[in-house]
Amino acid sequence: MSTAVNTQKKGGFLAGTANYLDERVGVAGILKEFGRKVFPDHWSFMLGEVALYSFFVLLLSGTFLTFFFQPAMTPVIYDGVYGPLKGAEMSIAYASTLDISFEVRGGLLMRQVHHWAALLFVAAAGLHMLRVFFTGAFRKPREINWVVGFMLFVLGMAAGFTGYSLPDDLLSGNGLRIIDGMIKGLPVIGAYTSSLLFGGEFPGEQIVARLYGLHILLVPALILIFIVIHLFMVVIHKHTHYSGPGRKDTNVVGYPLMPVYVAKAGGFFFIVFGVIMLIAATFTINPVWNYGGYDPSPVSAGTQPDWYIGFLDGALRLAPTHLEVTAGGVTWAWNILLPMIVGVGFLVVVALYPFLEAWVTGDKREHHVLDRPRNAPTRTAIGAAGVTFYAALWAGASTDLIATNFKMSLNNVLVSIQIILLVAPIIAYLVTKRVCLSLQRKDREIALHGRETGRIIRLPHGEYIEIHEPLDAFEQWKLVDFKDYQPTLARPNAQGKITISARLRAGLSRFYFEDRIAPVSQGELDAAHHDHAPAVTEAPAKKAVTAAKKPAAEKPAAKK
Amino acid sequence: MSDSKSIASGNGSHEPEFEYTGGLAVVAADKVVDPGMEPHRVRMTDKSVKHEKAAARQVAILFLLSVIGSIFSIYAYFAFPLSDDLGTVRNNTLYMGLGITLGLFGIGIGAVHWAKTLMPDAEVSEERHQTRGNEAVRARAIEIIKLADSESGFSRRKLIRRSLYGALALFPIPAIFFFGDLGPNPKDTLRHTMWKAGTRLTKDPSGLPIKASDVTLGSVFHVIPEGLAELEHHKLEEKAKAAVLLVRLDPSEIKESEERKSWSYDGIVAYSKICTHVGCPVALYEQHTHHLLCPCHQSTFDVTDACKVVFGPASRPLPQLPIAVDAEGYLIAQSDFTEPVGPSFWER
Repeated sequence: MSTAVNTQKKGGFLAGTANYLDERVGVAGILKEFGRKVFPDHWSFMLGEVALYSFFVLLLSGTFLTFFFQPAMTPVIYDGVYGPLKGAEMSIAYASTLDISFEVRGGLLMRQVHHWAALLFVAAAGLHMLRVFFTGAFRKPREINWVVGFMLFVLGMAAGFTGYSLPDDLLSGNGLRIIDGMIKGLPVIGAYTSSLLFGGEFPGEQIVARLYGLHILLVPALILIFIVIHLFMVVIHKHTHYSGPGRKDTNVVGYPLMPVYVAKAGGFFFIVFGVIMLIAATFTINPVWNYGGYDPSPVSAGTQPDWYIGFLDGALRLAPTHLEVTAGGVTWAWNILLPMIVGVGFLVVVALYPFLEAWVTGDKREHHVLDRPRNAPTRTAIGAAGVTFYAALWAGASTDLIATNFKMSLNNVLVSIQIILLVAPIIAYLVTKRVCLSLQRKDREIALHGRETGRIIRLPHGEYIEIHEPLDAFEQWKLVDFKDYQPTLARPNAQGKITISARLRAGLSRFYFEDRIAPVSQGELDAAHHDHAPAVTEAPAKKAVTAAKKPAAEKPAAKK
Repeated sequence: MSDSKSIASGNGSHEPEFEYTGGLAVVAADKVVDPGMEPHRVRMTDKSVKHEKAAARQVAILFLLSVIGSIFSIYAYFAFPLSDDLGTVRNNTLYMGLGITLGLFGIGIGAVHWAKTLMPDAEVSEERHQTRGNEAVRARAIEIIKLADSESGFSRRKLIRRSLYGALALFPIPAIFFFGDLGPNPKDTLRHTMWKAGTRLTKDPSGLPIKASDVTLGSVFHVIPEGLAELEHHKLEEKAKAAVLLVRLDPSEIKESEERKSWSYDGIVAYSKICTHVGCPVALYEQHTHHLLCPCHQSTFDVTDACKVVFGPASRPLPQLPIAVDAEGYLIAQSDFTEPVGPSFWER
């Protein structure tokens, strides 16, 4: 900072601007720190980017919509261009939504951009979470960032639902009716909370304006704050990278921010925006004019919430009949409480999972190299079970459509999904774990003996063998570089007692790591090559191993 | 714990200052050695000037396409105005959208293509440092906290500290009370609807009264109380409670309890249309099974058997509206519902 006191007035406008900015906001220091920051490259790292860019698109399109939308529920007689609803009584909110769609140039386009971007935001955030989960990117030091990301996912759902309800059409009104019913079912505070939320009896004339405030101010502000925290932590931690040669927990391998990532990520924003725009231009979403304004009496068959609320709606549908209990003059609406507990409980488990795994492994090291899902079989299996559970709840929200489209009995479909909800996650767990372990065995096999080539040769003494093509050191590294854990026994503490927590932890460690495939060691590699080396004299066409530091894989190997 | 190692020590073998336990991690004695970064594979655009120039041209063409797209969307704004014809909405949306799409894709694909073909593609490695500060930094942080504590006397001055806790605990509470006026206390509004003795059953939404003789066997009427259609205020709130479904069955098919014998009229029964699960309108009537189905969560109610739940998440039967016929032959209510309609709540 103390060098060159006076270096301005060299170069043109750009240099002048840079100097101006540096002297006022210290932009040189910022560039020095971040300009060449390295980011690893992988398609799966783009999922979070998709969510981020969708959010920008939501801010842009949403701001446009606020200029035209009127969040009032006062009834008016519609007198717009949409013929079928002319003369109908409806709320101002609904009428202004129709006006945006039919009387503002680009209005329908922006409405559809906004809705599609919202669907994409939650979808991309969800997929990003799955990527982070299955690669173990939530491990130390990123546990807190996992929770921040989780909050973003939940806020995304909240933003979606509050926005979905604003047009005050028949479909969204029924969605609110369901929310009202669920809130009323809460013990003790239900009826009061509903009355506070709706400003009296359902539907009232308040809820749209209240949701509007949440939707355009509070929720997006929270999302923005959490995004800032999320990305700030990404900068602090630096991005994870996949296992590969030269990739370690102590480095980050990739391309520099300037210029490569400015171009790639900046360009990607336009691509994401372009995809949303293309979908919005060509596919209708939420044609509210077909539904009519909200009226508590009619309802259309085959009602569906937006996809991300589906798992909660499915939970409501899957509750068995006659769960409600009336005792001592009060009503326990377990048909509502149980689905809420299931849905919220599922989310809580998701939020807390990193802490559970950290406790079981006791691993306090920092992890920056990602796991291949197969190399963490139990975690991957738990994830598969979770995905299956979620999917079953989600399918539950479409029981009626499944039944009508596939000409099945509604009752049978529902009972089947109830069974699937309980059984399928267990099956998914077992199958996934076995698949992971088998893939690990296959990796081991390939690392030790090379790839099968399908070429059979006959040895001078008459024996037939298949030629196995050895891997080069880089490919081999990808197969042998992973972290390995083993189960532990419950040990007594300083007082000589084996605590319940120690027992639990030991049990969980067995659950996690009892079935384990250890990574291939150098000794095993050497032994494998030693076994095979003399077997073949004729060298098969082998890959160039130019830069390999280790000649471990140079001899062609064959396996009996 | 070796101390006093500068963070910026940078290149080469960076030794972490602090070794963490690996817990259950297995420390392999003879782990395979990392072969180091793969050699960089040279792209065509690095090798041949021809390819490089072609790539540069492609990028420029993509950016120009973007310009065309943006201009087209402005053209479409004026060329496809909106009118009473709803087809114009489709054209306006489609062509403006496609123009903007091209404008966005041109920039996006151009920039990515630029990065992939013309910018350096050799991966570089950058050192990571442990997230925790080094020992000197941590020591200084602790020192600062201790200084702040001793200078303010936060630990020492119990009176100040505890009174501050008290003040902080109480200051948000007014805000909670402020929300009290969001809505009135529910009182008994959830228990009453517009139905009274003598209220005529009228059609939804016209509000025309229904003659018992008009209700033919197997027909279904969506019903609101007389006067609801003309309400100036709280129309939807009243409707959300008072909506009723009217069905005429063969009297021999109805299973009626003794006390409800008088609630129906010649096979005509009226039930609340608001689902006892979470309040959707139970609007689907299955003619041949006499079942009412809620389209939201598929709770199913048997109209012949006091609308008891036969399937789905609801627990309670739909409340029945006792009906009769007045002197002119119109259907009327004998009273309000005898229990709260709609979703369950704690005090019901």
